[in-house]
Amino acid sequence: MKISREDVLKVAALANLELTDAEVETYRGQLDDILTYIEKLNEIDTSNIEPMTQVVAASTDDSTLRDDVVVRSDVITEVLRGAPDPAPLYFRVPRVIEK
Amino acid sequence: MSAATAWTIPEVRAALDARKISARELVKEFYARIDQRNPELNAYLALSPERAYAQADKIDAAIASGDALPPLAGVPLAVKDVISIRGIPTTCGSRILEGYKPPYDATVVTRLEHSGAIVLGKTNCDEFAMGSSNENSAYGPVRNPVATGRVPGGSSGGSGAAVAAGLAVVALGTDTGGSIRQPGSFCGIPAMMPSYGRVSRYGLIAFASSLDRIGPFARTVRDAATVMSTLAGRDPLDSTSSATPVPDYAAALGRSLTGLRIGIPDDYFAEGLDPEVRRKVEAGIGLLEKLGCRRVSIRMPNTDYAVAAYYIIATAEASSNLARYDGVRYGARVPGGTLIEMYQKTRGRKFGAEVKRRIVLGTYVLSAGYYDAYYLKGQKVRSLIARDFREAFEKVDAIITPTSPVPPFKLGERTSNPLEMYLADIYTVTGSLAGVPGISVPCGKTSEGLPVGLQIYGPAFGEQRVLQLAHAFEHAGGAEL
Repeated sequence: MKISREDVLKVAALANLELTDAEVETYRGQLDDILTYIEKLNEIDTSNIEPMTQVVAASTDDSTLRDDVVVRSDVITEVLRGAPDPAPLYFRVPRVIEK
Repeated sequence: MSAATAWTIPEVRAALDARKISARELVKEFYARIDQRNPELNAYLALSPERAYAQADKIDAAIASGDALPPLAGVPLAVKDVISIRGIPTTCGSRILEGYKPPYDATVVTRLEHSGAIVLGKTNCDEFAMGSSNENSAYGPVRNPVATGRVPGGSSGGSGAAVAAGLAVVALGTDTGGSIRQPGSFCGIPAMMPSYGRVSRYGLIAFASSLDRIGPFARTVRDAATVMSTLAGRDPLDSTSSATPVPDYAAALGRSLTGLRIGIPDDYFAEGLDPEVRRKVEAGIGLLEKLGCRRVSIRMPNTDYAVAAYYIIATAEASSNLARYDGVRYGARVPGGTLIEMYQKTRGRKFGAEVKRRIVLGTYVLSAGYYDAYYLKGQKVRSLIARDFREAFEKVDAIITPTSPVPPFKLGERTSNPLEMYLADIYTVTGSLAGVPGISVPCGKTSEGLPVGLQIYGPAFGEQRVLQLAHAFEHAGGAEL
């Protein structure tokens, strides 16, 4: 067994994910299968291989960063309208600072 | 299929030019067909009639005043629900984004509308594009229009089904590990994943940022090429988009294939390949040889490790990208006593099973003590898979493989075993990891009449070659093999 119930709970806490007991058990079993399968990567020697973190664009003349210029976007009202609990100009959340 | 809803881009353009139909009437026909077919297929999650008719009226006005029309003028388009359109509900197939309306347009939408395309609505998909069958959508599965008891593929299943069923002329999908190509194969239409960096992702809601790409579904390869010409190019709003010049993709269509070397990787025709799919793809390779291609046997020795590397990297990136869904800024919130409880409840109750499974896996492979063994190892194996492609393209002009090892399967048939579902992504995740372009083109049907797809990979930024081969294959009767 590669992964325990406690491992799943620990990871779920790291990811801020509430899981039911049934979910914890289902995921434990399924992740165990998946991680066992992933073990096959140990068949390959990668000691002299650099990790590939991203696909490097074929063109070398890319100026990948644009100039840092302030542009007005004027979307505050619209963005707040999409929030589950907006207060004027803010997103409201449960209290995080004690009085 | 009524005539207009079966049209290709040149047919739409010809009808508009000849004033056989107005853009407004065309949109009306498509919405009528959507009303009729969508209740069964569930391909669309939201329609955008106001925006569509406004754009149609603009096209009609241009026609009336005799203005030159842009290349996609009047072409009805469906957009996968992970791509932002201002003011139109965008859910990513998830309850956590229920009610969310983006405050801006994705660059691909801006570009297509600027070229005259008409957005009809947003298409269904696996939640956050995670899945290979479209059964992970919170809004119900999509049915395959070719065989309605079967899945359309995923994750861009709604886009594939919409184009195949005549509910749009072209559609946008996204591909992270096969999510354009595999539904293209399952729905029996051409579907293309461009090179990484070829198409801007500004406004695409991220799943795995080192892998995600946007590309077209179409009825013909020529239509896919026409859409690609509008989509491709540098976007200052996406720093991963490339400044590599964009060729005229349609210009290479029709050129002779004589002398082109096509690589057939033995490693792709191994265990797990359905015998009927194998026979069709072999016949497809034979057809390409008849068209003048030279068959070259190649080795891609790290293929067998691609699924493992892919599911490490994709889930790790997803666990990070999906951290932003916390019930604060958009979408749904489930109340909780403390901030953390609110996060946990919102995420636990509003994400679906597959998304939670991948967040847990992705968080695990990134967590202290496991990072080197899993995430770093996965990235090193990714280097080897990219090297397999680089070395292959020193010997050949394109690589030919099946798109999926199996034909479209029945709804519910594969949902109980996630690992088994992941393993079927073997032929598509390789190209995703390497960053190269690939297209799926129809390659005959099984004895049960189910579509088979042939996949053509080209080197990075070799879209033109890929489209040239796919077009010749289609014109030589590849779909009827």
